[in-house]
Amino acid sequence: MPATERKANALDWLDERTGWRMVRDLMDHKVVPIHAGTAWYYFGGITLFLIGVQLFTGILLLLYYRPTVAEAFDSVRFLMTRVEFGWLIRSIHSWSANLLIFCAFIHMFSVVFTHAYRRPRELTWLSGIALLGLMLGFGFSGYLLPWNQISYFATKVGTDMAGTMPVAGPTLARLLRGGEDVGAATLTRFFDFHVIILPLISFALIGLHVLLVQQHGMSTPGGIPATRLAQMKFFPNFFLRELMVWYGVLAVLGTLAAIFPWELGEKADPFASAPAGIRPEWYFLAEFYTLKLIPSHVWIIEGELLGLLGFGLLAAVWVLLPFWEVNRTKVATGVAVFLICYLAVFTFLGYVK
Amino acid sequence: MRAPAILLFLCWGLLGAAAPDSCVTCHSAVDDAAKGPAALIKNDVHIAHGLSCADCHGGDRASDDPEVSMSKGKGFLGKPARTAIPKFCARCHSNPDTMRKFAPRERVDQFELYQTSVHGKRLAAGDTNVATCIDCHSVHDIRAVKDSQSPVHPLRVAETCSRCHSDQHKMAAYKIPTNQFEQYRISVHWEAMTKRGDLSAPSCASCHGNHGAKPPQVESVAEVCGTCHVLFAELYDKSVHKAVFSGAGGGGGCVVCHSNHGIQQPSTAMLVGANAVCSGCHEANSPEANTAAQMAGWIDGLGAALKQSETVLASAEKYGMEVSEAQVRLIDGREDLVKSRLELHLMQPVEMRKPIDAGMAVAKETLKAGQDALHEKDIRRYGLAVSVVLIAIAMTAIRGLIRRIESNGAAVTGGAGK
Repeated sequence: MPATERKANALDWLDERTGWRMVRDLMDHKVVPIHAGTAWYYFGGITLFLIGVQLFTGILLLLYYRPTVAEAFDSVRFLMTRVEFGWLIRSIHSWSANLLIFCAFIHMFSVVFTHAYRRPRELTWLSGIALLGLMLGFGFSGYLLPWNQISYFATKVGTDMAGTMPVAGPTLARLLRGGEDVGAATLTRFFDFHVIILPLISFALIGLHVLLVQQHGMSTPGGIPATRLAQMKFFPNFFLRELMVWYGVLAVLGTLAAIFPWELGEKADPFASAPAGIRPEWYFLAEFYTLKLIPSHVWIIEGELLGLLGFGLLAAVWVLLPFWEVNRTKVATGVAVFLICYLAVFTFLGYVK
Repeated sequence: MRAPAILLFLCWGLLGAAAPDSCVTCHSAVDDAAKGPAALIKNDVHIAHGLSCADCHGGDRASDDPEVSMSKGKGFLGKPARTAIPKFCARCHSNPDTMRKFAPRERVDQFELYQTSVHGKRLAAGDTNVATCIDCHSVHDIRAVKDSQSPVHPLRVAETCSRCHSDQHKMAAYKIPTNQFEQYRISVHWEAMTKRGDLSAPSCASCHGNHGAKPPQVESVAEVCGTCHVLFAELYDKSVHKAVFSGAGGGGGCVVCHSNHGIQQPSTAMLVGANAVCSGCHEANSPEANTAAQMAGWIDGLGAALKQSETVLASAEKYGMEVSEAQVRLIDGREDLVKSRLELHLMQPVEMRKPIDAGMAVAKETLKAGQDALHEKDIRRYGLAVSVVLIAIAMTAIRGLIRRIESNGAAVTGGAGK
């Protein structure tokens, strides 16, 4: 039997059992529209790439990390000082987490400005927003895990804020902390959230999100039918371009990790006074600074509660964007511009004040 | 209904309000020196405890008639003579039963101690220029010692002593120096007390005693310093200097090298150089002076080595390197430096060499940790440069691949083209 025939038989055998030709056909037929905003398409892929980096580095960190109050800090320090390339893995994990959230935000705003959330992509938008929420949850839970002074007190402040929410606040705070205060139970819970619960939900949602993107194809500006635009094949043309971008992101990550290694700080001491200038990670800073500005009481409502209600309202408006935006393009764009300005200005003020 | 209520209120007011103190009422009304006590007494600790003028001076505070309120029949004692003041205060302050009611933890031996003091003895001999209770604690506005406005609060006690002891005119008759406060104010003890807020730092009373105030004698000065500087005193007691300094004409213990009131931050300049305190007894180039110079060199050497390690570690930390373990280890080295300064007081180089060697080992170890971290930083940057070049090559190769694939234009379809 000639070699080509043997190969064809082998592939047929494999296809009969796995259906791999379906995937190949999908790749052969998937196309990407070419227009002025094509560059924005890359951010979804970058975010996915960074999630992969997080998964890979996170698994490596798990080989050494010990999620107990007595050992957490020392295990991270051991990793950073004694384990070959341990510092690199941890620094890349930390920097990648921040870049991931930054790219997810860019991806979200690009979707808004190109109105890619419109019918029939409402569920794609909702799953994307849920994924962004999960990424923020990863950030919040992962921040505590090294059990250092800054992360300990930032978590205390963060869970205190959650506790001020009406009705469910105290229960939520207790659920997060595993008790009345941040302690050993909190570390165990945050570890479970970070490495089991959030990843499981994320995998399911990423699968759904990618499936929906595949189902509806890439959105086009102004709803112009994709067939009226120039298109490139997803594989290999777009994929190779995305691969180039991923390499670029990897270079940025390596540079940040090598020149600005993620610092470890001091081991958390619950009996010490809170360090001066304590603040959360940058992606929570705008909200944190806003709450600081609100007076302790506005009329008869507690200031912090009022702030949280405001954020809740804004979040609801934002999440439900595809459902109220119909024929209100300018309003949606205005809300997005307002949100970007608010986040940029208040994050900046949160840093400098 | 309203009238009985008002009547009841008025009755309560008359019965419940504090009884008027005729001493304060009358002394407030006069314009001469007798007004003083009434004006001052509102801040007095005794008043705060519910006592009144009559509890010290006798008399009847309930009577508005001076003939009655200040009558001998009512037990009026008047202003005590200066020589009688200590005993006057001691009626209560030496009585445990009385003191237990107001300040149970307060000592009751002040009068006893005072009688053993230079002040007490001179007063008993009829010298009324010496300090009595009221000269230090003030009178009529006496405050608790812990009150920062009290003249005997740790922060103010030296100034209070200086009111007499810095007065050349007053001290002339006793032929004692008057520069103690001036000296004390440039000392490490004053600095600790006032700049670092360490209220346990010594002031006059810590070394000289308060109620039993006596200057420490030659043979006891090391014991006085040793109450705080325990380990230094123990080593000094075993040193050759103990016998020499304590003997006739020796000058007395710690103060030979460190002085007394104006104690400065010790340094190796005390051992070697133009201002070395050793040169007062040991000639230059004598074996003892050479040993002192050698020990100074060891201390300076260890100090410099630790400083170098600290600088290198700080530099590594600035580059984001994790060097906290080495920084914690450096604390051991600093402790060895302190121990070596301590061992110096034994004046046995062999013993002093032990903490010096231990400290040098720490300095060497931490310096290596810092240098390794800086070296690691360089390796990381070289590694980064190589990685970036490799990534750039990979990106160029992909770009080439894309161009090759798209060279026939088949990859782009539809619309107006690219």
